[in-house]
Amino acid sequence: MAKVSSKKKLSKTKAKKSSEVAGDSAVKKTEVVYDEEEEEDKEDFNENVTSEEEEEDGEDERRRQKLLEAISALGGKRKKTLGERSEAAVQLSEFSVNAEGEGDKINLSDLIGSMDKTPQVSAKTRKQLKTLQQSNRTVESPLSKQETERIQRDVAFQKAASEQLVFPLNQEAPGPKPMERVVTGWKARTPLEEEIFALLSANKQPIHDPILTPQEEVSMKAMSLEEAKIRRAELQKARALQSYYEAKTRRERKIKSKKYHRVQNKAKRKDFVKQFEEMVKSDPAAALEELHKMELARMQERMSLKHQNSGKWAKSKAIMAKYDEGARKAMQQQLEVNKDLTQKLVTAVNDEEEEEEEEDEGGDPEVLPDFVNDAEQGVDSSNPWMRGKLSEDPAEKETSEIVDLTAEEESADVEEEEEEEVKETEEEALLREFDSRRKRRQALIPVISLDDDEEEESKTAAEEEEESKTAVEEKEESKEEEESKVAAVEEEEEEEEEEGETLMRIRTLEDTEELLMQEESAADEAPVPPPAAENPPPASQPAGTNKKRKRGIELKQVLTKATKVIQVPLAHTVEDAEDSDDNQEQRGLIREAFAGDDVVSDFLKEKRKQEAAGKPQVVDLTLPGWGEWGGTGLKLSRRKRKKFRMKAAPPPPRKDVSLPGVIISEKRNRSITLHQVNTLPFPFETHTQFESTIRTPLGRTWNTERTVKKISKPKVVTRMGAIIEPMAREELMKDRNQATVADRNSLKQQTTCKLKDELNGALALKLMSGHEMQTD
Amino acid sequence: MASPGDATLDTSHVGKNKVPARYWLELQKEGKDEAEVGKDAEPSRKRLRRKEKKKEKMKEKKTQKAKKMKQEDTLVKQTISGKSDPFPGPAPISQDRVRKFKRKTKTKRSGSVGNKLRDVISRSEEASEMAQKQSARFDLLLPEDAGFLEGDEDEDTCTISQEDIADAVDITSGAKYFNLKLSQFGPYRVDYSKTGRHLLLGGRRGHVACVDWQSKQLMCEINVMESVNDVKWLHSEAMYAVAQKKWLYIYDTNGIELHCIRKFNDVLRMQFLPYHFLLATASATSFLQYLDVSVGKEVAAICTKTGRLDVMCQNPHNAIVHLGHHNGTVTLWSPNQKEALVKMLCHQGGVRSIAVDKTGTYMVTSGMDKKLKVFDIRTFKPLNSYFLPAGSSCLSLSQKGLLSAATGDVVQVYRDVWSTTVTKPYMAHRVRGTVWGLHFCPFEDVLGVGHGDGFTSMLVPGAGEPNFDGLDANPYRSAKQRQEWEVKALLEKIQPELISLDPHELGQVDNAAFEQRHQDRVQALGFDPLAKAKFIPKYKKKGRSSAGSVERRKKQVAHEDQRDVIRETMEDKMKIEEERRQREKKAAVLSGQKSALDRFKK
Repeated sequence: MAKVSSKKKLSKTKAKKSSEVAGDSAVKKTEVVYDEEEEEDKEDFNENVTSEEEEEDGEDERRRQKLLEAISALGGKRKKTLGERSEAAVQLSEFSVNAEGEGDKINLSDLIGSMDKTPQVSAKTRKQLKTLQQSNRTVESPLSKQETERIQRDVAFQKAASEQLVFPLNQEAPGPKPMERVVTGWKARTPLEEEIFALLSANKQPIHDPILTPQEEVSMKAMSLEEAKIRRAELQKARALQSYYEAKTRRERKIKSKKYHRVQNKAKRKDFVKQFEEMVKSDPAAALEELHKMELARMQERMSLKHQNSGKWAKSKAIMAKYDEGARKAMQQQLEVNKDLTQKLVTAVNDEEEEEEEEDEGGDPEVLPDFVNDAEQGVDSSNPWMRGKLSEDPAEKETSEIVDLTAEEESADVEEEEEEEVKETEEEALLREFDSRRKRRQALIPVISLDDDEEEESKTAAEEEEESKTAVEEKEESKEEEESKVAAVEEEEEEEEEEGETLMRIRTLEDTEELLMQEESAADEAPVPPPAAENPPPASQPAGTNKKRKRGIELKQVLTKATKVIQVPLAHTVEDAEDSDDNQEQRGLIREAFAGDDVVSDFLKEKRKQEAAGKPQVVDLTLPGWGEWGGTGLKLSRRKRKKFRMKAAPPPPRKDVSLPGVIISEKRNRSITLHQVNTLPFPFETHTQFESTIRTPLGRTWNTERTVKKISKPKVVTRMGAIIEPMAREELMKDRNQATVADRNSLKQQTTCKLKDELNGALALKLMSGHEMQTD
Repeated sequence: MASPGDATLDTSHVGKNKVPARYWLELQKEGKDEAEVGKDAEPSRKRLRRKEKKKEKMKEKKTQKAKKMKQEDTLVKQTISGKSDPFPGPAPISQDRVRKFKRKTKTKRSGSVGNKLRDVISRSEEASEMAQKQSARFDLLLPEDAGFLEGDEDEDTCTISQEDIADAVDITSGAKYFNLKLSQFGPYRVDYSKTGRHLLLGGRRGHVACVDWQSKQLMCEINVMESVNDVKWLHSEAMYAVAQKKWLYIYDTNGIELHCIRKFNDVLRMQFLPYHFLLATASATSFLQYLDVSVGKEVAAICTKTGRLDVMCQNPHNAIVHLGHHNGTVTLWSPNQKEALVKMLCHQGGVRSIAVDKTGTYMVTSGMDKKLKVFDIRTFKPLNSYFLPAGSSCLSLSQKGLLSAATGDVVQVYRDVWSTTVTKPYMAHRVRGTVWGLHFCPFEDVLGVGHGDGFTSMLVPGAGEPNFDGLDANPYRSAKQRQEWEVKALLEKIQPELISLDPHELGQVDNAAFEQRHQDRVQALGFDPLAKAKFIPKYKKKGRSSAGSVERRKKQVAHEDQRDVIRETMEDKMKIEEERRQREKKAAVLSGQKSALDRFKK
């Protein structure tokens, strides 16, 4: 029996499922009479036995059935006997199923009657089912697919039309995202990614949790806030000094006084000579270099047309030379200079070189002109192309560069000394100090990082250790080289870079703080305030306003309306004193005064005239003498008068019909009609609907700021530069699905037939849509 | 002015003097008499009752709903501090305050409307409701109330002299009562600028002066050496117009003549429409002219054909100009219509003065028949009529609705002229000469009186609007602010075409017939844009353009459009007929045919 009971359970669940799918319509449709349970059980049992026997030849059975059916169909008249379902096999023949007991009703009790006997059913569901049984309400059949879809479309469209759409859709909140969220949610899948990850892990790059590289972390640790501040101050000072220096030089360069420059140049020259002498003693190599430079300068001067007495100044002096002693002297001086310059200079150094060359070449010096040698000498240091060596080995280059560097450093040292002498050195010295300090620091940082690396590596595998070590070392070496190069050449850029680095660090700190803050604020915001209670609609208007005065006012009443006499405490003195008489007399006086012009009758006349003008005139289309006797003094026949005199429809009553003392112009205000809306815009059906929607002004003059913002909210918002994809169907349905969940929940509470709702999804959908309609 | 001394008075004429409702007070009250169910249930009380009902329901059912409610309650109570909000939800707004900002009535929702329309309507309703509520809420920011003068028992307020008032109030307010003795250049016309800071005086015999009257600083003083009919400030205190003996002149605050407008001659009275930048003038030659001062163009010149126009006033609500005439009528004009919009018979004698209140609801007139009448100019019906023993030559209405009337040398101020029947004035004051000009100072409890012997600034408690709109007319604005305001005002200038008797007309749909609109268009354009060109047959040589052939050719194209219509309808008819015949044929064929499977039919 146990088997049977389990089977029964199965069938029950099946039934449940089917009802779930098809709703209660299923209850109506499939109506199978189940007798008492025990009988059923017996039957089941029998069937079970038979099925076991005949399981083997199910195929044959089917064929036979088919044949039988075909034969019976040929008979025509014979009614098809309703066969019984004889088995409960796994593979059920589709033809053996029949609708037995069609037309009989199925009750819920039939379905759930066995519930009481099964202990597995919880008390809760049992209770629910009982309540369900008691309520005799039949649930309506679900809507057809088309209808539900239409409803869904409608709702989706409304949603799309009503709210403000922000494109691109599904924008994430602007602002920085926490790195953890971005990183942790992602995993390497493709081989390429895996390879990259392997590389990253090999190189100690952060993959998951620590966002910073160990190096960065160390550097963050290395620099405390105070240190950073000090450094920043240093950098600031350096920058300031530099700018001062620049400004100073710029200013000096702009000085136009020739005398000043002359004096300046002279002093410089003197200094230079002094230095040179010293240099010759202390550092002959540098002195030689300097000499070469001087030579080059001289050559340039010689090639130029300076000191040829051909300049503007020289010309003017030439004119004055006749009369002026000083001018003559100046000219002479210049000529001498020119001579000096054009003369071939034979210095000791040059001689030496020449000699060497002579020795090398072994040719006579007289054949070659002087300038050839000069040019070669001048160029050789600066222009490699002229030397004939086109390409150099990289190693050589390096060495040469190193040499250059050393030389430069030396020269820099020399310059230092010079400048110390020159007085302006304070600032420059400071600058240099900073520079050197920076270099030192740069040298320091990688060392520290290396240490840390080693520590970490000790934890990891030994092989990796070595590799990474070498790699890091190599890197650092190259780094140092680069840094030294760059330091020698570009000072400002590096400063900037470093500054940037420090700033970056600070920002990361702030970021973390912000993140913490955000979390806190999120925690704060969690309890959402309850939605604003809708204020009740304004109370009905006071009853007094509804009253209408129907009675027209008589003209005479208007003008002789009972007047209140006002007692004035101060009687006026300027005008005639007789005014303080009693009322009767005054009225008499007034009547006397205006006896001539009857104001009222004039007004009435005018009004009548206006009314007459407003009335449409009769159009007379009669042709005199047509079909009748013609001539003067003849009356038109009545028939003609009736037929050919067109009477227009009476105009609507004038606005001033009930106002005897008023004439209101009936003319149309043409100027305002140009600004009025004259055709009803699309969705509106009546004028009042449209007018009521535009009754509230939109401007800031009449509304509060918040209202204005809300009213003038754009319907669609797009972000510049963002690609707007066509809206997916899911986009429209998304909120709706959420709504369905919420609504279903509310339905659960509202209706007692909760289970039914749960079973019938389609029904819920329909109910929901109805619910939405109501709420709308 | 609204000085603390005035604020003690508790009688009101507007109904704004009540203690402002505070929502916490209401809540407290509820807490006290919860058991009572008064008729004057506040909205919050209603809510309370609803809650009670809910409670009952919960008791009855004890379903999940109850649990849910409890949950909600606990949710509401959960705050960071753990304490519950004693005033949950938004603060309630009092009904009358909300009603104050109501704009027309909401339309009733008709039964079946489309989705889109329903959506549009509901959204606009929501917006307007929000606007209304927000405005009502922000009304809280207008805290000042107008004060009033209150006498002791058995003491008429009209017997209190100006000196007494000036002594009683604070020094600044007291300093606002002063007299200027200017007997030389005859009776004075008066005008205050829109902000109320500046005063313009125009003496009959050519004396024009503008004064910053609060600081008593004279800005300029000139004698135009001609008779002056009227003076008026233009949009700001930088310019003013003076109607002189022959032409209209415009001066600046330094007394420099900017314009002499020869198109405007013999001007007797002027009105300035501030939002339209229009200067309306009424002349002795019965012309009503409008000058657009922003572009310096004459907008309209209307010949009223009613004789000398020396009574004029404007309706601040809709910018309609009211003119009073010798035959006792008052006419209403707009620059868009050549005839009077409305003509009212108000007095049996000539009209001496008119005044219209700020809301554009009431008009007060005084006539030669020594009567003072109050009209409702929305319906053009008379409300009250008073008899003044000496009549009144000048009328002026304050922002708060006080009426000042001048009879000879006595200035009387009345209160509540339209809502109640007045038997005696609220205040009275005697000046030295005949009153020539009256003007209430905006945003101040001051009445300026120009008379034969100079100018008197009178204290009238409760005259001025206590709350000013800083963006519209700010009495304390600086020069820079004024410049800014000027630019904004010019940008927001309303075109003169939009002036109409009902300012809401613009928001209505013009439901005139197409013909009417077409006629308007034709009139505006000067030709008919839809008219078809007349067919003129081409001239042909060799005698083929004889009269007969021309007529024939004309006949060929005559009624072409009509013929097209007829042709089309005929074709349609034919088609339908054809279709019908086809259908019939098919049906006949079908009915006659027999299916091959019919043999199996039983």
